Amino acid sequence: MATDTIVETGTWQVKTGLAKMLKGGVIMDVVTAEQARIAEDAGAVAVMALERVPSDIRKDGGVARMSDPTKIVEIIDAVTIPVMAKCRIGHFVEAQVLEALGIDYIDESEVLTPADENNHVDKNAFKVPFVCGCRDLGEALRRIGEGAAMIRTKGEAGTGNIVEAVRHARSVIGEMKRIRGMDSDELMAAARDLKAPYDLVKEVHETGALPVVNFAAGGIATPADAALMMQLGVDGVFVGSGIFKSSNPGRMAEAIVKATTHYNAPEIIADVSRGLGDAMPGLDVRTMPEEEQLAVRGW
Amino acid sequence: MAGRTLTIGALAIQGDFLEHRLALERLGVHAPEVRLPAELDDVDGLIIPGGESTTIVQLIDIYGFRAALTEKVRAGLPVWGTCAGMIVMADSLTDRRPEPLHLMDIDVSRNAFGRQIDSFEEDLEIDGLDEAPFRGVFIRAPVVNRAGELVKAIARLRDGRPVAVRQGRMLATAFHPELTDDDRVHGLFKSMVEESLRPLP
Repeated sequence: MATDTIVETGTWQVKTGLAKMLKGGVIMDVVTAEQARIAEDAGAVAVMALERVPSDIRKDGGVARMSDPTKIVEIIDAVTIPVMAKCRIGHFVEAQVLEALGIDYIDESEVLTPADENNHVDKNAFKVPFVCGCRDLGEALRRIGEGAAMIRTKGEAGTGNIVEAVRHARSVIGEMKRIRGMDSDELMAAARDLKAPYDLVKEVHETGALPVVNFAAGGIATPADAALMMQLGVDGVFVGSGIFKSSNPGRMAEAIVKATTHYNAPEIIADVSRGLGDAMPGLDVRTMPEEEQLAVRGW
Repeated sequence: MAGRTLTIGALAIQGDFLEHRLALERLGVHAPEVRLPAELDDVDGLIIPGGESTTIVQLIDIYGFRAALTEKVRAGLPVWGTCAGMIVMADSLTDRRPEPLHLMDIDVSRNAFGRQIDSFEEDLEIDGLDEAPFRGVFIRAPVVNRAGELVKAIARLRDGRPVAVRQGRMLATAFHPELTDDDRVHGLFKSMVEESLRPLP
Protein backbone atom coordinates (compact mmCIF):
# COMPACT_ATOMS: atom_id res chain seq x y z
CA MET A 1 0.00 0.00 0.00
CA ALA A 2 1.51 3.33 -1.01
CA THR A 3 0.73 5.75 1.77
CA ASP A 4 0.28 9.35 0.73
CA THR A 5 2.67 10.75 3.28
CA ILE A 6 2.21 14.27 4.52
CA VAL A 7 5.36 15.92 5.85
CA GLU A 8 4.96 18.93 8.13
CA THR A 9 7.50 21.18 9.82
CA GLY A 10 7.06 23.75 12.60
CA THR A 11 4.13 21.88 14.19
CA TRP A 12 3.15 22.35 17.84
CA GLN A 13 4.32 18.77 18.41
CA VAL A 14 7.89 19.40 17.20
CA LYS A 15 8.06 22.81 18.92
CA THR A 16 6.94 21.58 22.35
CA GLY A 17 8.72 18.26 21.75
CA LEU A 18 12.19 19.82 21.64
CA ALA A 19 11.56 21.40 25.06
CA LYS A 20 10.55 17.96 26.38
CA MET A 21 13.94 16.63 25.22
CA LEU A 22 15.62 19.25 27.43
CA LYS A 23 13.80 18.16 30.62
CA GLY A 24 15.95 17.40 33.63
CA GLY A 25 18.74 19.46 32.08
CA VAL A 26 20.63 22.73 32.44
CA ILE A 27 20.67 25.48 29.79
CA MET A 28 23.71 27.74 30.14
CA ASP A 29 24.37 31.33 29.03
CA VAL A 30 27.58 31.60 26.97
CA VAL A 31 29.24 34.57 25.24
CA THR A 32 31.98 32.79 23.23
CA ALA A 33 32.49 29.55 21.28
CA GLU A 34 35.02 28.51 23.94
CA GLN A 35 32.45 28.92 26.73
CA ALA A 36 29.90 27.00 24.62
CA ARG A 37 32.31 24.05 24.42
CA ILE A 38 32.92 24.16 28.18
CA ALA A 39 29.14 24.11 28.72
CA GLU A 40 28.67 21.18 26.32
CA ASP A 41 31.51 19.21 27.93
CA ALA A 42 29.97 19.80 31.36
CA GLY A 43 26.70 18.24 30.19
CA ALA A 44 24.53 21.28 29.33
CA VAL A 45 21.46 20.29 27.27
CA ALA A 46 21.53 23.60 25.36
CA VAL A 47 23.32 26.94 25.40
CA MET A 48 21.98 30.48 25.22
CA ALA A 49 24.17 32.54 22.85
CA LEU A 50 24.68 36.08 24.19
CA GLU A 51 26.99 39.07 23.78
CA ARG A 52 26.95 39.75 27.51
CA VAL A 53 25.64 37.73 30.46
CA PRO A 54 22.80 39.38 32.43
CA SER A 55 25.01 40.62 35.30
CA ASP A 56 27.12 42.56 32.75
CA ILE A 57 24.00 43.86 30.96
CA ARG A 58 22.83 45.10 34.35
CA LYS A 59 26.22 46.74 35.09
CA ASP A 60 26.60 48.35 31.66
CA GLY A 61 23.10 49.85 31.47
CA GLY A 62 21.85 51.40 28.21
CA VAL A 63 19.76 49.50 25.66
CA ALA A 64 20.39 45.75 25.45
CA ARG A 65 19.58 44.23 22.04
CA MET A 66 19.81 40.93 20.14
CA SER A 67 23.43 39.70 19.84
CA ASP A 68 25.61 40.23 16.77
CA PRO A 69 24.85 37.42 14.25
CA THR A 70 28.60 36.73 13.86
CA LYS A 71 28.79 35.86 17.54
CA ILE A 72 25.68 33.69 17.37
CA VAL A 73 26.91 31.75 14.32
CA GLU A 74 30.31 31.12 15.97
CA ILE A 75 28.50 29.51 18.87
CA ILE A 76 26.16 27.51 16.58
CA ASP A 77 29.25 26.13 14.80
CA ALA A 78 31.06 25.24 18.03
CA VAL A 79 28.56 22.78 19.55
CA THR A 80 26.13 20.01 18.58
CA ILE A 81 23.60 20.68 21.37
CA PRO A 82 20.71 23.09 20.60
CA VAL A 83 21.52 26.81 20.59
CA MET A 84 19.06 29.42 21.86
CA ALA A 85 19.27 33.20 21.52
CA LYS A 86 17.34 36.16 22.89
CA CYS A 87 15.23 38.76 21.13
CA ARG A 88 13.68 41.83 22.75
CA ILE A 89 10.07 41.57 23.93
CA GLY A 90 7.83 42.43 20.97
CA HIS A 91 10.74 42.74 18.50
CA PHE A 92 9.46 40.36 15.83
CA VAL A 93 12.15 41.38 13.34
CA GLU A 94 14.94 40.33 15.72
CA ALA A 95 13.01 37.05 15.98
CA GLN A 96 12.87 36.75 12.17
CA VAL A 97 16.65 37.31 12.03
CA LEU A 98 17.29 34.65 14.67
CA GLU A 99 15.07 32.20 12.78
CA ALA A 100 17.01 32.94 9.57
CA LEU A 101 20.30 32.25 11.40
CA GLY A 102 19.10 28.73 12.27
CA ILE A 103 18.68 29.24 16.01
CA ASP A 104 16.91 26.26 17.62
CA TYR A 105 14.87 28.19 20.22
CA ILE A 106 14.19 31.92 20.66
CA ASP A 107 13.96 33.42 24.15
CA GLU A 108 11.72 36.50 24.02
CA SER A 109 13.44 37.93 27.03
CA GLU A 110 12.99 40.63 29.64
CA VAL A 111 16.79 40.63 30.09
CA LEU A 112 16.97 42.70 26.89
CA THR A 113 15.34 46.15 26.72
CA PRO A 114 11.71 45.71 25.56
CA ALA A 115 10.88 46.94 22.05
CA ASP A 116 7.12 47.00 22.64
CA GLU A 117 5.61 47.79 26.04
CA ASN A 118 2.20 46.45 25.12
CA ASN A 119 2.57 43.48 22.77
CA HIS A 120 4.70 40.37 22.72
CA VAL A 121 5.72 38.63 19.49
CA ASP A 122 3.01 36.55 17.76
CA LYS A 123 4.94 33.33 18.18
CA ASN A 124 2.42 31.21 16.28
CA ALA A 125 3.62 32.97 13.12
CA PHE A 126 7.08 31.32 13.38
CA LYS A 127 8.40 27.83 12.64
CA VAL A 128 11.13 28.17 15.26
CA PRO A 129 9.86 27.58 18.81
CA PHE A 130 9.90 30.26 21.55
CA VAL A 131 10.49 30.23 25.29
CA CYS A 132 9.09 33.13 27.35
CA GLY A 133 9.42 34.28 30.95
CA CYS A 134 6.62 34.56 33.51
CA ARG A 135 6.10 35.60 37.11
CA ASP A 136 2.73 33.91 37.62
CA LEU A 137 0.30 31.51 35.97
CA GLY A 138 -1.65 34.20 34.11
CA GLU A 139 1.50 35.49 32.42
CA ALA A 140 2.55 31.92 31.53
CA LEU A 141 -0.84 31.18 29.92
CA ARG A 142 -0.86 34.49 28.00
CA ARG A 143 2.52 33.61 26.49
CA ILE A 144 1.36 30.08 25.64
CA GLY A 145 -1.73 31.63 24.06
CA GLU A 146 0.60 33.65 21.81
CA GLY A 147 2.41 30.45 20.84
CA ALA A 148 5.25 30.00 23.36
CA ALA A 149 6.23 26.30 23.29
CA MET A 150 8.19 26.49 26.54
CA ILE A 151 7.96 28.67 29.66
CA ARG A 152 10.51 29.73 32.22
CA THR A 153 9.88 31.54 35.46
CA LYS A 154 11.68 34.90 35.31
CA GLY A 155 13.41 35.19 38.65
CA GLU A 156 15.67 38.25 38.68
CA ALA A 157 18.44 37.73 36.11
CA GLY A 158 22.02 38.70 36.86
CA THR A 159 21.59 38.91 40.65
CA GLY A 160 22.82 35.48 41.77
CA ASN A 161 19.89 35.70 44.19
CA ILE A 162 17.39 32.83 44.10
CA VAL A 163 14.59 34.60 45.98
CA GLU A 164 12.66 35.85 42.96
CA ALA A 165 12.98 32.52 41.10
CA VAL A 166 11.47 30.80 44.13
CA ARG A 167 8.69 33.39 44.38
CA HIS A 168 7.74 32.97 40.71
CA ALA A 169 7.93 29.16 40.69
CA ARG A 170 5.83 28.93 43.87
CA SER A 171 3.33 31.34 42.39
CA VAL A 172 2.90 29.35 39.14
CA ILE A 173 2.75 25.97 40.86
CA GLY A 174 0.48 27.19 43.68
CA GLU A 175 -1.98 28.74 41.22
CA MET A 176 -2.09 25.51 39.22
CA LYS A 177 -3.04 23.58 42.38
CA ARG A 178 -5.78 26.12 43.08
CA ILE A 179 -7.19 25.83 39.52
CA ARG A 180 -6.99 22.03 39.70
CA GLY A 181 -9.13 22.04 42.83
CA MET A 182 -11.85 24.34 41.44
CA ASP A 183 -15.32 23.34 40.29
CA SER A 184 -15.66 23.62 36.52
CA ASP A 185 -18.16 26.49 36.89
CA GLU A 186 -15.47 28.62 38.59
CA LEU A 187 -13.09 28.49 35.63
CA MET A 188 -14.37 31.48 33.65
CA ALA A 189 -13.99 33.76 36.67
CA ALA A 190 -10.51 32.32 37.20
CA ALA A 191 -9.64 33.09 33.56
CA ARG A 192 -10.90 36.65 34.08
CA ASP A 193 -8.82 37.12 37.26
CA LEU A 194 -5.69 35.58 35.71
CA LYS A 195 -6.24 37.53 32.46
CA ALA A 196 -5.59 34.22 30.70
CA PRO A 197 -7.27 32.35 27.80
CA TYR A 198 -10.21 30.26 29.09
CA ASP A 199 -9.25 27.13 27.12
CA LEU A 200 -5.79 27.06 28.71
CA VAL A 201 -7.22 27.59 32.21
CA LYS A 202 -9.55 24.67 31.52
CA GLU A 203 -6.60 22.54 30.41
CA VAL A 204 -4.71 23.31 33.63
CA HIS A 205 -7.85 22.40 35.57
CA GLU A 206 -8.04 19.04 33.80
CA THR A 207 -4.35 18.08 33.85
CA GLY A 208 -2.97 19.97 36.86
CA ALA A 209 0.02 21.02 34.76
CA LEU A 210 1.09 23.55 32.14
CA PRO A 211 0.64 22.34 28.55
CA VAL A 212 4.35 23.04 27.92
CA VAL A 213 7.64 22.43 29.72
CA ASN A 214 8.49 24.93 32.50
CA PHE A 215 12.08 25.73 33.48
CA ALA A 216 13.35 28.06 36.24
CA ALA A 217 15.62 31.02 35.52
CA GLY A 218 16.98 34.19 37.08
CA GLY A 219 19.27 33.90 40.09
CA ILE A 220 20.51 30.29 40.12
CA ALA A 221 24.15 30.42 41.28
CA THR A 222 24.90 27.11 43.05
CA PRO A 223 24.15 23.37 42.70
CA ALA A 224 21.81 23.63 45.70
CA ASP A 225 19.92 26.50 44.02
CA ALA A 226 19.34 24.30 40.95
CA ALA A 227 18.16 21.35 43.08
CA LEU A 228 15.88 23.67 45.07
CA MET A 229 14.08 24.75 41.91
CA MET A 230 13.78 21.14 40.73
CA GLN A 231 12.30 20.07 44.07
CA LEU A 232 9.80 22.92 43.83
CA GLY A 233 8.59 21.23 40.64
CA VAL A 234 10.16 22.84 37.56
CA ASP A 235 11.35 20.66 34.64
CA GLY A 236 14.90 22.04 34.36
CA VAL A 237 16.97 25.19 34.90
CA PHE A 238 18.56 28.07 33.04
CA VAL A 239 21.82 29.32 34.52
CA GLY A 240 22.89 32.73 33.28
CA SER A 241 25.72 34.57 34.97
CA GLY A 242 26.05 31.84 37.63
CA ILE A 243 28.55 29.74 35.69
CA PHE A 244 30.92 32.02 33.82
CA LYS A 245 30.96 34.63 36.63
CA SER A 246 32.06 31.99 39.15
CA SER A 247 35.74 31.38 39.89
CA ASN A 248 35.84 27.90 38.28
CA PRO A 249 33.25 27.76 35.45
CA GLY A 250 33.96 24.21 34.22
CA ARG A 251 33.57 22.67 37.65
CA MET A 252 30.60 24.86 38.57
CA ALA A 253 28.86 23.88 35.32
CA GLU A 254 29.38 20.16 35.90
CA ALA A 255 28.30 20.42 39.53
CA ILE A 256 25.06 22.22 38.62
CA VAL A 257 24.30 19.57 35.96
CA LYS A 258 24.77 16.75 38.48
CA ALA A 259 22.70 18.51 41.15
CA THR A 260 19.90 19.00 38.60
CA THR A 261 19.84 15.29 37.67
CA HIS A 262 20.01 14.15 41.29
CA TYR A 263 17.97 16.93 42.82
CA ASN A 264 16.44 14.51 45.32
CA ALA A 265 19.78 13.11 46.56
CA PRO A 266 21.31 15.47 49.21
CA GLU A 267 24.45 13.32 49.52
CA ILE A 268 25.22 13.77 45.80
CA ILE A 269 24.50 17.53 45.98
CA ALA A 270 26.81 17.75 49.03
CA ASP A 271 29.52 15.91 47.16
CA VAL A 272 29.40 18.09 44.03
CA SER A 273 29.25 21.30 46.09
CA ARG A 274 32.65 20.73 47.71
CA GLY A 275 35.46 23.18 46.92
CA LEU A 276 33.82 24.87 43.93
CA GLY A 277 35.45 28.21 44.69
CA ASP A 278 33.45 31.42 44.75
CA ALA A 279 29.94 31.55 43.32
CA MET A 280 29.10 34.75 41.41
CA PRO A 281 28.75 37.89 43.55
CA GLY A 282 25.11 38.41 44.55
CA LEU A 283 22.71 41.37 44.68
CA ASP A 284 19.92 42.05 47.14
CA VAL A 285 16.69 42.34 45.18
CA ARG A 286 14.82 44.06 48.06
CA THR A 287 17.02 47.16 47.95
CA MET A 288 16.93 47.33 44.15
CA PRO A 289 14.87 50.20 42.68
CA GLU A 290 12.04 48.99 40.45
CA GLU A 291 13.56 50.57 37.32
CA GLU A 292 16.55 48.24 37.73
CA GLN A 293 14.39 45.11 38.02
CA LEU A 294 14.12 43.05 34.87
CA ALA A 295 11.24 40.75 35.85
CA VAL A 296 8.67 43.56 35.70
CA ARG A 297 9.28 43.98 31.97
CA GLY A 298 6.50 42.42 29.89
CA TRP A 299 3.10 41.54 31.40
CA MET B 1 8.17 -14.34 37.95
CA ALA B 2 4.70 -15.80 37.45
CA GLY B 3 1.91 -13.39 38.24
CA ARG B 4 4.26 -10.42 38.57
CA THR B 5 3.39 -7.27 36.61
CA LEU B 6 5.61 -6.75 33.59
CA THR B 7 8.22 -4.11 34.49
CA ILE B 8 9.83 -1.88 31.88
CA GLY B 9 12.10 0.84 33.26
CA ALA B 10 12.81 4.23 31.71
CA LEU B 11 16.38 5.50 31.98
CA ALA B 12 15.74 8.69 33.96
CA ILE B 13 18.93 10.69 33.82
CA GLN B 14 17.74 13.31 31.33
CA GLY B 15 15.07 13.75 28.66
CA ASP B 16 11.43 12.77 28.15
CA PHE B 17 11.33 9.61 30.30
CA LEU B 18 8.02 10.68 31.87
CA GLU B 19 6.22 10.50 28.50
CA HIS B 20 7.50 6.93 28.02
CA ARG B 21 6.37 5.93 31.51
CA LEU B 22 2.87 7.30 30.87
CA ALA B 23 2.61 5.37 27.57
CA LEU B 24 3.73 2.13 29.27
CA GLU B 25 1.30 2.66 32.13
CA ARG B 26 -1.53 3.07 29.61
CA LEU B 27 -0.60 -0.46 28.45
CA GLY B 28 -0.75 -1.82 32.02
CA VAL B 29 3.03 -2.08 32.38
CA HIS B 30 4.81 -1.12 35.62
CA ALA B 31 7.24 1.62 34.53
CA PRO B 32 9.71 2.75 37.20
CA GLU B 33 12.46 5.34 36.70
CA VAL B 34 15.97 3.91 36.50
CA ARG B 35 18.41 6.47 37.91
CA LEU B 36 21.23 4.21 39.16
CA PRO B 37 22.86 1.10 37.59
CA ALA B 38 21.74 -1.19 40.44
CA GLU B 39 18.13 -0.47 39.49
CA LEU B 40 18.66 -2.35 36.21
CA ASP B 41 18.30 -5.57 38.23
CA ASP B 42 14.63 -4.76 38.88
CA VAL B 43 13.39 -4.40 35.29
CA ASP B 44 12.42 -6.82 32.50
CA GLY B 45 13.21 -4.27 29.78
CA LEU B 46 14.58 -0.74 29.47
CA ILE B 47 13.75 2.34 27.41
CA ILE B 48 16.45 4.94 26.71
CA PRO B 49 14.37 8.08 26.08
CA GLY B 50 14.74 11.10 23.88
CA GLY B 51 16.91 13.88 25.23
CA GLU B 52 20.28 15.40 24.43
CA SER B 53 22.55 12.52 23.45
CA THR B 54 25.75 14.33 24.44
CA THR B 55 24.35 14.94 27.91
CA ILE B 56 22.87 11.45 28.30
CA VAL B 57 26.13 9.72 27.30
CA GLN B 58 28.14 11.90 29.67
CA LEU B 59 25.80 11.07 32.52
CA ILE B 60 25.81 7.36 31.56
CA ASP B 61 29.58 7.41 32.08
CA ILE B 62 29.51 9.55 35.21
CA TYR B 63 26.97 7.26 36.91
CA GLY B 64 28.61 4.01 35.79
CA PHE B 65 25.85 2.82 33.44
CA ARG B 66 28.17 1.96 30.53
CA ALA B 67 29.51 -1.35 31.86
CA ALA B 68 26.32 -2.31 33.70
CA LEU B 69 24.08 -1.73 30.71
CA THR B 70 26.42 -3.47 28.25
CA GLU B 71 26.51 -6.53 30.48
CA LYS B 72 22.71 -6.60 30.89
CA VAL B 73 22.15 -6.32 27.14
CA ARG B 74 24.62 -9.16 26.46
CA ALA B 75 22.68 -11.24 28.99
CA GLY B 76 19.48 -10.58 26.99
CA LEU B 77 17.81 -7.51 28.52
CA PRO B 78 15.47 -5.99 25.90
CA VAL B 79 16.26 -2.33 25.22
CA TRP B 80 14.52 0.31 23.12
CA GLY B 81 16.11 3.68 22.35
CA THR B 82 14.21 6.67 20.90
CA CYS B 83 16.14 9.44 19.09
CA ALA B 84 18.95 10.19 21.59
CA GLY B 85 18.45 6.60 22.76
CA MET B 86 19.18 5.34 19.23
CA ILE B 87 22.40 7.39 19.24
CA VAL B 88 23.39 5.94 22.62
CA MET B 89 22.88 2.37 21.34
CA ALA B 90 24.76 2.83 18.04
CA ASP B 91 28.05 1.19 17.14
CA SER B 92 29.48 4.36 15.65
CA LEU B 93 28.52 7.98 14.93
CA THR B 94 29.54 10.36 12.19
CA ASP B 95 30.38 13.01 14.85
CA ARG B 96 33.56 12.95 16.89
CA ARG B 97 31.42 12.53 20.01
CA PRO B 98 29.79 11.32 22.10
CA GLU B 99 31.20 7.81 22.42
CA PRO B 100 28.20 5.50 21.96
CA LEU B 101 27.64 2.23 23.82
CA HIS B 102 28.17 -0.03 20.75
CA LEU B 103 25.09 -2.13 21.57
CA MET B 104 23.56 -2.35 18.08
CA ASP B 105 25.31 -2.93 14.77
CA ILE B 106 24.27 0.44 13.28
CA ASP B 107 26.10 3.62 12.24
CA VAL B 108 24.11 6.75 12.96
CA SER B 109 24.26 10.43 11.97
CA ARG B 110 23.09 12.88 14.62
CA ASN B 111 20.93 15.89 13.62
CA ALA B 112 20.68 14.33 10.18
CA PHE B 113 17.94 16.66 8.93
CA GLY B 114 19.33 20.07 9.94
CA ARG B 115 18.37 22.43 12.72
CA GLN B 116 15.17 22.70 14.76
CA ILE B 117 13.18 24.51 12.04
CA ASP B 118 13.72 21.39 9.89
CA SER B 119 12.23 19.08 12.54
CA PHE B 120 9.16 17.40 11.06
CA GLU B 121 6.29 14.93 11.27
CA GLU B 122 5.82 12.22 8.66
CA ASP B 123 3.50 9.22 8.30
CA LEU B 124 5.37 5.89 8.47
CA GLU B 125 4.54 2.30 7.73
CA ILE B 126 6.04 0.10 10.42
CA ASP B 127 6.49 -3.68 9.99
CA GLY B 128 4.77 -5.54 12.78
CA LEU B 129 2.04 -2.92 13.29
CA ASP B 130 -1.32 -2.93 11.53
CA GLU B 131 -1.58 -1.04 8.26
CA ALA B 132 -2.66 2.35 9.58
CA PRO B 133 0.22 4.83 9.24
CA PHE B 134 2.14 5.81 12.35
CA ARG B 135 2.74 9.55 12.80
CA GLY B 136 6.52 9.83 13.24
CA VAL B 137 7.65 12.93 15.17
CA PHE B 138 11.27 13.71 14.24
CA ILE B 139 13.02 16.33 16.42
CA ARG B 140 16.61 17.14 15.48
CA ALA B 141 16.50 13.47 14.62
CA PRO B 142 19.24 10.97 13.78
CA VAL B 143 19.20 8.56 10.84
CA VAL B 144 20.71 5.10 10.30
CA ASN B 145 23.50 5.20 7.68
CA ARG B 146 24.57 1.58 7.88
CA ALA B 147 22.88 -1.45 9.39
CA GLY B 148 24.63 -4.77 9.94
CA GLU B 149 23.38 -8.14 8.67
CA LEU B 150 21.55 -8.98 11.88
CA VAL B 151 19.71 -5.65 11.87
CA LYS B 152 16.26 -5.41 10.30
CA ALA B 153 14.83 -2.08 9.18
CA ILE B 154 11.15 -2.02 10.17
CA ALA B 155 10.38 1.54 9.01
CA ARG B 156 11.88 3.83 6.39
CA LEU B 157 11.41 7.40 5.22
CA ARG B 158 10.08 8.00 1.70
CA ASP B 159 13.70 8.30 0.54
CA GLY B 160 14.43 4.81 1.85
CA ARG B 161 16.58 5.70 4.85
CA PRO B 162 15.83 3.45 7.88
CA VAL B 163 14.34 5.20 10.93
CA ALA B 164 13.27 2.15 12.97
CA VAL B 165 15.50 -0.91 13.35
CA ARG B 166 15.46 -4.21 15.27
CA GLN B 167 18.32 -6.48 16.20
CA GLY B 168 17.32 -9.41 18.39
CA ARG B 169 15.87 -7.97 21.57
CA MET B 170 16.91 -4.42 20.70
CA LEU B 171 14.76 -1.77 19.05
CA ALA B 172 15.77 1.76 18.02
CA THR B 173 13.63 4.53 16.54
CA ALA B 174 14.78 7.91 15.24
CA PHE B 175 11.34 9.34 16.05
CA HIS B 176 9.33 9.81 19.24
CA PRO B 177 6.28 7.52 19.67
CA GLU B 178 6.11 8.75 23.30
CA LEU B 179 5.08 12.23 22.14
CA THR B 180 1.94 10.91 20.43
CA ASP B 181 -1.06 9.17 21.96
CA ASP B 182 -0.59 6.25 19.56
CA ASP B 183 0.86 3.51 21.80
CA ARG B 184 1.43 0.85 19.09
CA VAL B 185 5.24 1.00 19.14
CA HIS B 186 5.19 0.75 22.93
CA GLY B 187 2.94 -2.27 22.43
CA LEU B 188 5.50 -3.77 20.04
CA PHE B 189 8.30 -3.32 22.59
CA LYS B 190 6.06 -4.72 25.33
CA SER B 191 5.58 -7.88 23.25
CA MET B 192 9.36 -8.11 22.70
CA VAL B 193 9.85 -7.99 26.49
CA GLU B 194 7.12 -10.59 27.07
CA GLU B 195 8.76 -12.82 24.47
CA SER B 196 12.12 -12.56 26.26
CA LEU B 197 10.56 -13.82 29.51
CA ARG B 198 8.99 -16.91 27.95
CA PRO B 199 10.83 -20.11 28.89
CA LEU B 200 12.60 -21.85 26.00
CA PRO B 201 10.62 -24.82 24.62
